[in-house]
Formats: sequence, structure tokens, C-alpha cells
Amino acid sequence: MPTTRRRKGSEPQKTPPEDKPQSEEDEKKGKSRKQVQEKKRKWSCVDSCCWLIGCICSIWWFLLFMYNALPAYIPQYVTEAITGPMPDPPGVKLHKEGLKVKHPVVFVPGIVTGGLELWEGHQCADGLFRKRLWGGTFGEVYKRPLCWVDHLSLDNETGLDPPGIRVRPVTGLVAADYFAPGYFVWAVLIANLALIGYEEKTMYMASYDWRLSFQNTEVRDQTMSRIKSNIELLVATNGGKKVVVIPHSMGVLYFLHFMKWVEAPTPMGGGGGSDWCARHIKAVMNIGGPFLGVPKAVAGLFSAEARDVAVARALAPGVLDSDLFGLQTLQHIMRMTRTWDSTMSMIPKGGDTIWGGLDWAPEEGYDCTPKKQKNHDAYHGPGNQTEKMNVPSNRINYGRIISFGKDVAVLPPSKIERMDFRDAVKGSKLPPNVTCPDVWTEYHEMGWGGIQAVADYKVYTAGSLLDLLQFVAPKMMERGGTQFSYGISDNLDDPKYQHYKYWSNPLETKLPDAPDMEIYSMYGVGIPTERSYVYKISSNAECHIPFHIDTSAAAGQDDNCLQGGVYLTNGDETVPVLSAGFMCAKGWRGKTRFNPSGIRTFIREYDHAPPSNLLEGRGTQSGAHVDIMGNFQLIEDIIRVAAGATGEDLGGDQVHSDIFKWSDKIRLKL
Amino acid sequence: MASVLRFRKLYVEPAVRCDVGESVKAVSGVAVPPVEEKKGTRRRGWRRREWNCVDWCCWAIGYMCTAWWVLLLFYDSFHMALPAPESPGMKLKREGLRPLHPVVLVPGIVTAGLELWEGRPCADGLFRKRLWGGASFTDVLRRPFCWLEHISLDNETGMDPPGIRVRPVPGLVAADYFAPGYFVWAVLIENLARIGYEGKNMHMTAYDWRLSFQNTEVRDQSLSRLKSKIELMFRTNGDKKVVVVPHSMGVLYFLHFMKWVEAPPPMGGGGGPGWCAKHIKAIMNIAPAFLGVPKAASTIFSAEAKDVAFVRAMAPGLIDSEILGFQALEHVMRVSRSWDSVMSLLPKGGEAIWGNLDWSPEEGYECDQVKKYLKSFPTKQSSETNSTDGKLGFKVTDSVHYGRIISFSKKSSQLPSSELETMKNKDLARHHGRVQNNASCGVWTEYDEMDRESIRAVAENKVYTAKTFTELLHFVAPKLMQRADAHFSQGLADDLDDPKYSHYKYWSNPLETKLPEAPEMEIYCMYGVGIPTERAYVYKLSPSERCRSIPYRIDGSAEDDKGCLKGGVYSVDGDQSVPALSAGLMCAKGWRGRTRFNPSGIRTYVREYRHKAPANLLEGRGWESGAHVDIMGNVALIEDVMRVAAGAAAAAAADVRSDKIHSDIMRMAERVGLRL
Repeated sequence: MPTTRRRKGSEPQKTPPEDKPQSEEDEKKGKSRKQVQEKKRKWSCVDSCCWLIGCICSIWWFLLFMYNALPAYIPQYVTEAITGPMPDPPGVKLHKEGLKVKHPVVFVPGIVTGGLELWEGHQCADGLFRKRLWGGTFGEVYKRPLCWVDHLSLDNETGLDPPGIRVRPVTGLVAADYFAPGYFVWAVLIANLALIGYEEKTMYMASYDWRLSFQNTEVRDQTMSRIKSNIELLVATNGGKKVVVIPHSMGVLYFLHFMKWVEAPTPMGGGGGSDWCARHIKAVMNIGGPFLGVPKAVAGLFSAEARDVAVARALAPGVLDSDLFGLQTLQHIMRMTRTWDSTMSMIPKGGDTIWGGLDWAPEEGYDCTPKKQKNHDAYHGPGNQTEKMNVPSNRINYGRIISFGKDVAVLPPSKIERMDFRDAVKGSKLPPNVTCPDVWTEYHEMGWGGIQAVADYKVYTAGSLLDLLQFVAPKMMERGGTQFSYGISDNLDDPKYQHYKYWSNPLETKLPDAPDMEIYSMYGVGIPTERSYVYKISSNAECHIPFHIDTSAAAGQDDNCLQGGVYLTNGDETVPVLSAGFMCAKGWRGKTRFNPSGIRTFIREYDHAPPSNLLEGRGTQSGAHVDIMGNFQLIEDIIRVAAGATGEDLGGDQVHSDIFKWSDKIRLKL
Repeated sequence: MASVLRFRKLYVEPAVRCDVGESVKAVSGVAVPPVEEKKGTRRRGWRRREWNCVDWCCWAIGYMCTAWWVLLLFYDSFHMALPAPESPGMKLKREGLRPLHPVVLVPGIVTAGLELWEGRPCADGLFRKRLWGGASFTDVLRRPFCWLEHISLDNETGMDPPGIRVRPVPGLVAADYFAPGYFVWAVLIENLARIGYEGKNMHMTAYDWRLSFQNTEVRDQSLSRLKSKIELMFRTNGDKKVVVVPHSMGVLYFLHFMKWVEAPPPMGGGGGPGWCAKHIKAIMNIAPAFLGVPKAASTIFSAEAKDVAFVRAMAPGLIDSEILGFQALEHVMRVSRSWDSVMSLLPKGGEAIWGNLDWSPEEGYECDQVKKYLKSFPTKQSSETNSTDGKLGFKVTDSVHYGRIISFSKKSSQLPSSELETMKNKDLARHHGRVQNNASCGVWTEYDEMDRESIRAVAENKVYTAKTFTELLHFVAPKLMQRADAHFSQGLADDLDDPKYSHYKYWSNPLETKLPEAPEMEIYCMYGVGIPTERAYVYKLSPSERCRSIPYRIDGSAEDDKGCLKGGVYSVDGDQSVPALSAGLMCAKGWRGRTRFNPSGIRTYVREYRHKAPANLLEGRGWESGAHVDIMGNVALIEDVMRVAAGAAAAAAADVRSDKIHSDIMRMAERVGLRL
């Protein structure tokens, strides 16, 4: 009896009346059990999901809270326990030595590292006003890639803004202190300078739109007038102390251009008078400067790839070329980068005289065996290398910057059969029914005949490279031809050299008349650096870039110089030693025709030592192109100079590579 | 069998519906369940309890998170189509306006960011992080004392304390947003960008707003920097003069700059007498505090203003409590007193401008009028009635004595002056010099150096006007005023040609300087009206006898029936911070036409914007706001600025180049007996 009562009490609605037929009741039970199971499943599905998310979130928050509550010194303590005591940052060390602020410093960032922000855009970029399109988190790249590419491209004809779009450089130190969150560029240097008393009024980031050609930054944004005015202000407000300029990477060329611009008379130049540099600049401390260009720029322009892309392609063939999502990544990149005039400033300069011809190159005889061993020898000076000179019978022809096929790269020059490509007909032999959607690169206008002709020429040296680029990208080079020049001047007094297109080429300009100035060339060595490429014709369909780096090309085991279709030489991973050091080692050493007033030059090389473990991040002794900005030794040198030291005080040249030997081989009239 | 099945059902059910407590009870009330069932019950019950507790929490959190993310995703993917009016930028772009004159923005006090360049160990990891403004207020909350220490200045010199360097943030980011989502200049910048402005023809002046104006030059060369920037923009934009847009205290800073730049080098910038005429087209002062603000007086005197007094009235004890050992107000006072710039905002011109015991320019202002403004759209007619009201009010004997900026007790603020027992401030001076020596509590303010007797003596003096208030400050905060007197002056010049006026301390006081020789220039006074604004205070002695507390506070209980006195504060028309008198008088009278303050006859225009509160939450801070900072988002104001900057065509410009007045400023100006 109690059972019945309970039944009624607990669930009166659900319990069927007792007098119902047994079968019906069973059916109902079955149903309700099903319901129960359904509900159970619900629990195990949505709710468990929520439960899981909740759990993870709570734990995450808890950990975050714990981490935040932790006193700041504990992580540092842990790090030190693992890696041993960290060396004092140079700022602290020099502060203890009593160094104080003296000369104001000017930073000139390089290509790519400076931030760009949107000031006016198309519909698709709504809400991005004054947000960074370049630098920062790059969040927009993933959200709306095509829109992003649209906004970062420049006009293909003028090399200036496309109509309706205004993308401008970020100003101030924030422009290039961090490239992306956590990835420093100038931040370490700034922090260390601040330790000895530098601040906003004694530091200036000369940010400029690195996509434009140098002269166009003045035309569009008056950037150089701005830099001039700021340097004058820095000198005036700091008691007449001259500035120390620290350009990095392409900023080196930009500043060369600036120094010519500022002294040139007004319509084309800044009208500062012929002693402006002498009055305002104490030293130019070039970090990783591609004075004579970088081979990487050629590969970038020619096929939108460099070693990193080539490696990616070798590891996962098809990823980059796939038409998945309709994104032809490389083509888009190529189209975008080809609108950037500035990339053309880094095409190798000086032709065969500097970069080597078919059968010789200044670097020949470079030993590609693992760096460690070699670097130890190098400490004893360049003289020791002479024994190694006679080793290679299969010398590497670095001079052949692009060769089609590995065999061509090693053949003696007499055996190469070449067909001139210059007159080849650019037939539009693309089948008319093939439409290449969206992306347009100039290759589509070249046709198969042109492509074949390019490959038939087999080998390109620095001199013939220009013709090649002229052939494959006439529009781009037309723009480039008015902005940059890549030759060597015979007579620097020729009035034609007053045109601005020569100003960023150290081989076609004189340094300013400033005998008290100092020029430093500071760069990393000891990292294999791209020097020349082995190409092949792409087997893919017509809509793709027709040339690829031949990643299958690799040398034997005893010879590491050829890796993944790329010949390597010594450098800082991006800029070969030759380009970074030659001008300071030879071109400008003493009174030469390029340096009429005898500005003193110093070479400071920093041997690359990779970070020993992950905790060190990007290392304090790195020599890599960007990571060198965190190299303690380099920072120390800069701070010393900024605080008043001269090049002699630093100890003059500091050389690990063969730069002097290689420079000797270059026959340049001085 | 059936009953067993039903049992099961019962057991399972509550597990599913966790909140069905009754059924659970019913289950536990089972009389004789079989043995196995009992075991089962316990096991399941245990599991159930687990669900009910931790898991339930997790589940809820999970749900919330997911819902939040989904909403966020929705919000991201759909652009909220707010019923916003067309932005002035779009409108003027269609009219074909292009950038013509470069624009210089001068932020006011508090709104611009400061960042750390060198600090004590407690501020580790904050290098080049914002200490003021911007996102990193979380860091502040984690170490409040460290933060206070770093944003204070040295009490003696008014410069950096040793070992600490806090510097202004440069660039447009300095003051576009004060905190995430709280715009200051961002709206104006965005609208200017629409018609083509960008970094090269728009400049945000960065200066450390804590320092006295001349010290920004001494320490950071901020004035030289601004000069060089203006010259550069002038040159690179085809010799187009700049349009300067200062806000709040930036107005005074720019006044100082104009004198500085033309003064000869050791003290000034050496730009020569024609500099302003050559480089500046117009100055468009937004919410200018030309003659100071009474709020600054109460801030310095007792570190509180209306908002603080209001909080105290609502929740007595909250602010004064010593929980956490944090004496908020005392700390605020100590920090803000180390900032010289606050002194620049003290009411200027003394009794001639701000009124004395019996008289004030705002007399007869009808306090309810503000509400009328908001309710009905006033027409010309209503403003006429207002003025008649005013005349009536003038006759009423118990009209509000706004001239008494600080009065102790409500009664003394209303008594006729003949009945006031006044005591000369000189008497106060006698008490000075005795120092209390109970240095056991944490915070130090100059009040600690006064004894009880002199504190009481101050309160006995009952009533202070703009003039006697300065003397009062000299008494209660001698060190502060010593610094302040070296950098600012609050007087009214009799003879502007007196050589002493070439000293920099007079440069930011419009009543003690001449405007530069620049007949082509234009000066606009643009400010909001229609919000009750603090004008005078009723004070009382603080009841607590604790050491180290501020001995005076606003008497939050003081009210009157007319609505003028609320929470111890008398209000007049203004923009919530600056009374209309301070913002408009110079443009309406002091500089109107050729006067001794404006020898070259620079044209001045008064542009008032009536406050209209945002209709709903979606509008955010409103497009027609007149409040001190929110006015920077006022559509009409932005349009005016842009028309001047773009060098509008004659027809449209005529509209901008005229007065637009809603308040009684002209009548008030008439009442002020200023020799011109």
C-alpha cells in the first residue's frame, strides 16, 4: 500500500492510471525510458561540452591568476637556475661605468620591419581606421586576406597610393620597436639606451613608408623633410651635439639617399647646404646594411620565393601551389611585392665587377664546411685562410646568380650553350580559353615562348640579371629605372649623377664632405646566406609562376654550399658579407673617389652564436639579420659611440670573415 | 517489476533535472526499498551530488563562455548598423572639402597619456608602458602605491623625483582614447581623416601635463618641439598656416606657447614678433578654461569636487575608511598637489571677474533653467524670458552669492555681507609656524604641518572670494603656493606694458598678457552650455580628529529649495567643468575688438553648443553633448573645426565666422567691470 501512495505523491502526472491495460503501460514505460536516454545523451553531449569548456576556462583563469599573483622575480629566478646567471644587459653595465646621454640617436628602420596603418580604405576595410595593417598581430591577414593584399599593394603604374586607399607609416618609436608582439626589432636597443638616460627627446625613429621608392617618400609624405627637421631639432635642443644615426637593413640605403638629398639644392633635394651632414651627423652606424644589394631580392622579384619558401615547397609539395580556397598565395605575394618600388633598391649593384662573372667571384674558395670550425680559424685573421684557397677543384661559380639546372651551375663557361633571350617574341601563346582568375602577374603576358627563351639563356650574372628582370617584368623595371640605378660610375663628376636615382647606390655617389664623420658597418657573420640560385621551369599549369627554385639540387655530402637549390656563402642569413662590408673595407677606406673627404670607416663583425636553449629566446649573441639587434656586443658598441666614443675607442675593425681578402679581389677603380 | 522500473525512473529523473529537490526528498522518503536498490541509491546519489556542486559550476561557466563567444562572433560578423547621423567627415567630403591648413591638436590636463622611462624596482617590467591613460590600468591596480609614487612629482622642484622618469606619450595615440573605448580626440581625428588629413598635416602636441608650462620646455623642450613641428608643417604643406585646436588646459598651454615663441631666447623661443602672424591661421579653443575653474580650487583645497562629495553623501564612510590602509583622498591630494599644472587652473582675475561677497556676474542665473533647456527646445523667446527672470532675480535679496567661492556653512554663504563676521587673513598668519609632530601615519600633506587651532581659524573666517581664496591657499599650503607663484599668476594687469609682464609666469593668464600681433588670426571659443557646473562650495570642518586626514570637506548636506545648491555645491551654466564665464568671457569681451589685451584686433567668435544628453544607451556619449570632454564628439563642433581647417568657401564660412550663443554670456560679460 505505501508504494501506491508514494507513486501518487511523487509523480502524479506521469504515472498512468492503474486500471490501464498492461501493454499500454509498458509502452509508456518504454517511451519514458527512451526519453530518459535521450536526456542522458543530451547530458553527455552539449552539456558535457559546456562542462569541459567551463573546466578548461576555470583552470586557465586560475593558472593565469596564479601567474599574475606570482612575484615578478620568480620566473627570472627559474630561468637563471636553468641557464646560469644572465649577463648584465649592456645598458646596466655601461650605466655602472658612468656613461651618460650625449649624442641624440636616430633610428632608421629597414624594409618590412616598420609598421603601416590605414588612413583611408575601401569598404572591405571598414573599422580598421588607424589600425595596423603591417606589423602588430597581422590579425586582418587571416580575416580578409584579399582585402589586405589590396590595401598593401601600391599602384602598378605610379608606385604611389592606389585611388581611394591611404596606408601610412606609423610614427614614433612604436613604429618598429616590435614587429609583432614579442618579436623585438629595436626594442632591446631602445631599452638599453634608456638605461643610461635616453628618452623620447634624445631618440627619434625615422619611420618612412618602406614600400615606396626613396624619393617618393618625400613626394608623398615629405618624410625626408621631416627627418631633416627632426635631426635639426635634436641637435638644437641637445646643446648642439651631433646625432648618431643607426640605420638597419634597407634603412642604410635610405639614409645614403637622405644624405645626398639633404645637401642637394631645393627642387629635387632638401637644400641643407653642402655642410649639413658635417654639422649634424657624428656617426652613421649601419647594421646589416645591404650596401650593394642582396641576391635574395632577385629571387623575390623573379619568382616570389627565397630559400624559406623553397624549403617549404620541398617539405610539403603542393601546399603553396594548391588552389585550395582559391588562394594563389605566391602569385598574390608576387603581385603585391612587385608594386613595391623599394624592393628594387636591393637588386645587386655593381654588376659583374662586384658580384663576379661567369667564371669568377670574389667569394670563390669560400669553405662551406660547418661554421664552428671555420670560425675558430678566422679569429687568427684572414691570413690563415690561404691554405684552404687551393682546395676546391670544383669551385663554386657564385657569379652565376641564376642558373637553370644544377649542371649549368657547375659547367665551365665555355661549355654552356646560351641563346639570347632579349629578342625572343613574347607571344601570347596562352590558350585563349584559359582564364587565370583574380591574380595578374606580368608573366601572363609573356607567353610560353618568352618563358622558354629565359630558360634557354641558362646563366645570369649580376650584369645580365637586370636584362632578365627587364624582360620578365618590364613595367616594374620601368618604374624602377626612374628611381634606382645599379651601375658603377666611371666619372662621379658627371652632372647626370645629380639625379636622385643614383643617390642610394654607393658606387655612383660621393659621400658628403664631412671629414669628422664616422661610418660603421656592423653585421653578423657565420650564417649560411643565399648567394645564387638554381632554377627550373615550373611544371605546373599556365596560371602559375613559371619559374621555381630547383629544390632537388644539392651538392654532395662534403660540400654544403648548395642546399635546396641555393648556393650559400658567409653572411647574416640575408645579406652576404660582401654586400655589407665591401664599401667600408675598400670602397670608402681612406680617401677614395667615393669618399673624397676621407670619412673614417670601421668594420664591426659579430660572430653568430645561436641561443643555447629555448629560454634565451633569440639569443644575446646572434648574428642573424634582425636578431642582431639584440646582440649585446653590438648594443654596447652603439651605446659607447652614442655616449661619445670614437671608432678607435671601440678598437677599430673587428673582423671574423674573409671580407678583406674578398675585397682585394674586386678590381674597382678607387 | 513495474514498481522497480518506476523506481529507476525516479532515480534517473532527478539526476537529469538537477533542481528537482522535491523528488529527491520523495526518494529518500521511501519506506522499504529492496537492498540492492538502496546501494544503487547511494551510489547514484553520490554521483548526483558531485554534479550538483563543482560540475554545475563548470557547466555554468562553460555555458556563459560559449554564449559570450557566440555573441562576440555575431557582433564581429555583423556590423552594428547604429542609427547614427551621417558623420560630418562624410558630409563635408561630399561637399568637396579637402585638407588645406595643417591641424595642431593640443590636449588638456589628464587626458593625455604618460609612459614610464625609468622607475623604481617596484615598477619593473613597465618600461615604456603607459602609467596614465590607455589600457594598462590593470598594472596600476596591482601596485597602487608604486603607481602613486611614480606619477607624483618632486614636491620641492615640481620636476621628476630622483630615479624616476615619466614622459608624455608622443603622437596621435597620446590622447585619441583616454581608456579603451573612451574617446577624446579620436572622433575628430577620424573625421578629419575622411577629408584627407593624415599624419603629415595633423599633429598632436605631446607635453607632460603635470608640469608647469615653462618646465615642459626646461625638461623636455616641448615648446621648442612644438615650434619646430609647426614650422615644418607650414613648410611641407605649401606655406599654409596651421589651425590650432587646443582643449581644456591646452588652451592655456597654447597661450603660453604664443608668448614664449615670440619672446627672446633665454626665456622664450626667439621666433620674433611676427611668428604667430606668419604661422597661425586660427585657434579653435574647445572648452577653454581661460579664467580658471572653481573646481581646481576645491581640488587643491580638499582634493574633492562635486563627484567626490556626492559619493560621500551617498555612502558615508566609504571614502574615508582606512580599510587596506588606503587613505584615498589624502593620497590624491598629495599627488595632485605635486602637479604644478593644476595651479594654472585656479580662478584668475580675482574679484573683478569672479565676484566678491555681494556681487557676481552670474547673479540672477536661474538654476532650474538647465532643466528647462533639456525639456523644451528653447527659442529666442525663452532666452528672453530667462533674461527677464534674471533681472527679477537681481532684485531678490537672497540671490545666490556666487562670488563666495568657499564659505564655511550654508548660512554664511547666504547672509548679506554686512552681517558676516569677517576676519582678515593676516590674522591667520599669526598661527602659522607651529608644526605638529605626530609623524606616525603614512601620508603627508601640508595640512599635517598646521595645528588644530589654525585649522579652526581658517574655518572661522567663514567666507572666501576669488581673491581671499588665494591668500587662504598661501596659508594652508605655503610650499605649494611658493612653487605655483614662480610659474603662474592669477592677477589682473593694470598696465600691460609694465616690464614685469615679460616674465613667463604671466604668459598663461589672458588678463596679464597681450595677444600677439597677428591681425589676420582668428580666435574661437567653442564650449558646451546647459549643464550645471560647479561654481562655489559650502565647506565644513571635517569631523574626524584623526591625524592625517584632510581637515575640511564639502558639506554634502547643504541644499536649498531653488536647486542652485546641491550637495554643498552652487552650480551655474557651463559644460560640467568650466563655467560659461571662464570659457566665454575673453572672446565675448576681453578680446572683442581692439582692446588692451588684443592690441592688433584679432577677431574672436563665441560658439556655444547646447548640451543634449544622448537619447539612449546605444548613442554612447552622444553626438550633441556639451560636456567638457564629450563635446569632442559633438557633430556640430567637429563640422565647425573642419570647415575652418579646410578653408571653407565664403558662403559656408560665414556661418562659422559668427557668434552662436545660447547662454547669458554677453549679459554676464557686461556686468564684469573689466577695463579694456
